[in-house]
Amino acid sequence: MITLEHYLFLGAIIFTLGVLGIFLNKKNLIIILMSIELILLSVNINFIAFSAYINDISGQIFAMLTLTVAAAEAAIGLAILVVFFRNLGSIEVNKINQLKG
Amino acid sequence: MEIDGSKKLLKIFISIENIDRMVLYSLTFYLFSSVAVLSALMVISAKNPVHSVLFLILSFVNASGLFVLLGAEFLAMILVVVYVGAVAVLFLFVVMMLDINFVKLREGFLQYLPFGALLGIVLVIELGILFLTDRSSNIYNNQTPLQPIVNEVENTKMIGQILYTEYFYLFQICGIILLVAMIGSITLTLRDKGGVKRQNIDSQNTVDASTAIEKKKVKIGEGI
Repeated sequence: MITLEHYLFLGAIIFTLGVLGIFLNKKNLIIILMSIELILLSVNINFIAFSAYINDISGQIFAMLTLTVAAAEAAIGLAILVVFFRNLGSIEVNKINQLKG
Repeated sequence: MEIDGSKKLLKIFISIENIDRMVLYSLTFYLFSSVAVLSALMVISAKNPVHSVLFLILSFVNASGLFVLLGAEFLAMILVVVYVGAVAVLFLFVVMMLDINFVKLREGFLQYLPFGALLGIVLVIELGILFLTDRSSNIYNNQTPLQPIVNEVENTKMIGQILYTEYFYLFQICGIILLVAMIGSITLTLRDKGGVKRQNIDSQNTVDASTAIEKKKVKIGEGI
């Protein structure tokens, strides 16, 4: 029997994998962006599972908002990546120290 | 007597059908979720970023299967169209367009592995504690299986009915977010190449005879 808990476990596992991906691929900006997509996917799974659990469709609307934000984030992230590669000839995150922050 | 017997038979038949549907639901859930988790694992551990993108697509397709299980068909289709059709292809474009030495990027992988593993273990333990404690709350006592929202109108129509009424501002904010993202990414990547000849409409329209025509006296036998 599949209950809400199963979906929450799945969301937690995918979220953890996403966070892990950011830390393991510290140099590769593309994989970091993909890990962020995974994190947002796990958020979506939680939204929709809770929407089915409380029998209310609002959760699906908010999942759509998450999808929109994820798409916008991917577009801007990749644009920054392209500009960064054009200027430095590399996508290593360690080299992003132009602002000297 | 006979009617009672047939009713009993019908009841048993219905319960068997219910159990079968339950088993099928569980099997489908475990299939989709295990493939989603494994491909998410491959996304972060694949050597080639192209493979990572393809595993990301696999993960999203399986997640959309889970959404169908939960009765969110519209979102499942949106996920496939938007992610597999647009975002993943965008990633593929970028991975293939840029001439990046991916072997060099892999060098730090093992260096960060202990720290990443520690962080992952801490996160898993924390999430596990969340699940194991607080069993008294309503969520855990209610062990009913998750069912799709049952209504006489279908999912897409239901979403449309409240998206354009109750959540109309949210819908418009989504549009603004996408517009800002579009303008932002275009301005970031647009390059102004030198030496390109462009039309200047204003200067074309303000031309009159005094500026357009130049008179020169040319001596016979010589050029200008």
